[in-house]
Amino acid sequence: MSLFFQQLINGLAWGGIYALIAIGYTMVYGIMQLINFAHGDVFMAGAFAGYVIAQLLPDKSSLPSVILVFLSAMLFSTFLGILIERLGYRSLWKKNAPRLSLLIVAVAISLLLENVGLMIFGAAPRSFPSIIPSRSFSLGSISFTNIQVIVILSSLVLMVALQLIVMRTKMGRAMRAVAEDSEMSALLGIPRERILSFTFALGSALAGVAGVMVAIYTPQINPLMGILPGLKAFVSAVLGGIGSIPGAMLGGFVLGEAETLVSAYISSSYRDLLAFLILIFVLLFLPSGLLGKGVAEKL
Amino acid sequence: MRAKNIILVIGIPFSLWLINHFISNPSIFSPYILQIIVLMGINAILAVSWDFISGVTGQFSIGQAGFMAIGAYSSAFLTLKYKVPFLPAILFALILSAIAGFIVGIPTLRLRGDYLAIATLGFGEIVRVAILNMPSLGGATGLKGIPIYSSFFSVYLALAITLWFCLALLKSQPGRILLSIREDEIASQMMGIDVVKYKVFAFTFSAALAGLAGALYAHWTSLVHPDSFSFMKSIEIILMGVLGGMGTIYGPAVGGMLITLLPEGLRLLLEQNPLLYQNKDFVRMLFFAILLLFFIILRPQGIFGKREAKG
Repeated sequence: MSLFFQQLINGLAWGGIYALIAIGYTMVYGIMQLINFAHGDVFMAGAFAGYVIAQLLPDKSSLPSVILVFLSAMLFSTFLGILIERLGYRSLWKKNAPRLSLLIVAVAISLLLENVGLMIFGAAPRSFPSIIPSRSFSLGSISFTNIQVIVILSSLVLMVALQLIVMRTKMGRAMRAVAEDSEMSALLGIPRERILSFTFALGSALAGVAGVMVAIYTPQINPLMGILPGLKAFVSAVLGGIGSIPGAMLGGFVLGEAETLVSAYISSSYRDLLAFLILIFVLLFLPSGLLGKGVAEKL
Repeated sequence: MRAKNIILVIGIPFSLWLINHFISNPSIFSPYILQIIVLMGINAILAVSWDFISGVTGQFSIGQAGFMAIGAYSSAFLTLKYKVPFLPAILFALILSAIAGFIVGIPTLRLRGDYLAIATLGFGEIVRVAILNMPSLGGATGLKGIPIYSSFFSVYLALAITLWFCLALLKSQPGRILLSIREDEIASQMMGIDVVKYKVFAFTFSAALAGLAGALYAHWTSLVHPDSFSFMKSIEIILMGVLGGMGTIYGPAVGGMLITLLPEGLRLLLEQNPLLYQNKDFVRMLFFAILLLFFIILRPQGIFGKREAKG
């Protein structure tokens, strides 16, 4: 039984990370019905921005430098997210281009980011400086590290903050309006383009933080690190019900737990398979996800 | 009309057989050039297989590499372990990948648009991870020492048959039905078309073609590895199709050849710059990405596609 609880703790950390990335997928999907394949690479870029800043800092493990690393990762990925939206998606979105074109653009941008990363940093994994020295604690027979606690707590704090932005601010209300009916909200005077930029910025900032978290937790980074977590976070978003922010959070935690339980009790080599099996299962039997609303197709 | 067909049926294989003699002679063509020419043919079949499901039928697949992997592994397993001759092995690969396509096609009962795309992506990854975990298929080391049965002749004969069959199908009633599903699924359903049946058929057929390309590929390179059939390969196949012009069948075939040929030309350019040459794989993918962006934004109909009237 203690093994079970131990695995639950481990799963919670990954769950928080998946949830943070999944939020970006689900918000963008809610507004423009696009699977933003480049989102996983924004997450990677955040990790690398943190890495570059951490290399520059003299005192790596002091509190200000930890905060600086997280902030710079957030800023860089926010900037990147806005840039992607501006240069890649906006013109096609305004033209009402087929969704297939947007999807192909997303794939191309993802390739672009990965290979720019590979050219700058090379394919070999780099170890991330230990800006937070790992310490273990134990509670009865369950042990956990301070990094796990930090990852879980800060992802929860960020999710609450996001929920406040979306539900309580003017910008958040505008976001929900555009997601509900993009054309109607434009008619009512909501600047759709600005809202789209804002959505990309929010999602990318969260992905950047998740990037640094993974970098500290694993602790290594490489330019292709975004592909698999990106796809899995997308699965989390579908599992929770795509377009629903609480759904993405729930889906992230469910997937994180399911993965660690499978690797603990069955085999770790099936860990990566599980996400895709869940995906196909959800698409077949529960297409609107755990918390999503089923939408009838309009003619 | 009939005389023309007979000339084609006899003439094309015969001329391919003649070219094969000429081209396989190492004193005329270096093995490097032959390698590129054969891979061009294989990629052309792959691009056509993708075009059939995505360009013609309008069901976006990002898992084509998964079908290719099934064809490659199943045929290689037979020829390697059971010394099965080439033709039965190819037939087996065709049938097995068609079954896989059938199984993936069934979700089309419930899925549309990008949900379907994600399901095919998931399928491709499941195939790859499943192969990685199967020791009898070599796991992460792949299968080595597969007999080299493919040749210029077999690859280009397969391409010719594929092109002929797809173009003929496109002109037939089922082909027209597939086009109507792409244009408007609901309207086709109202016309009394069994949309599900035709979509599943398109998936099965496209998967069989990808499996054929996989079998030819395995027996040309003589080794298969799970990483050769990753998500990136599926993306490359999409690039070939988009570049050539979706829905035209012959366009993607040319696109597949170009996408195989271009990196080699790029390599000649890069050789002069040691820093870029060191990163040649990354430069190649970067180039693909930029090409893809360029085409989607400026010429979405590809090289051979026709611009559609605004509806």
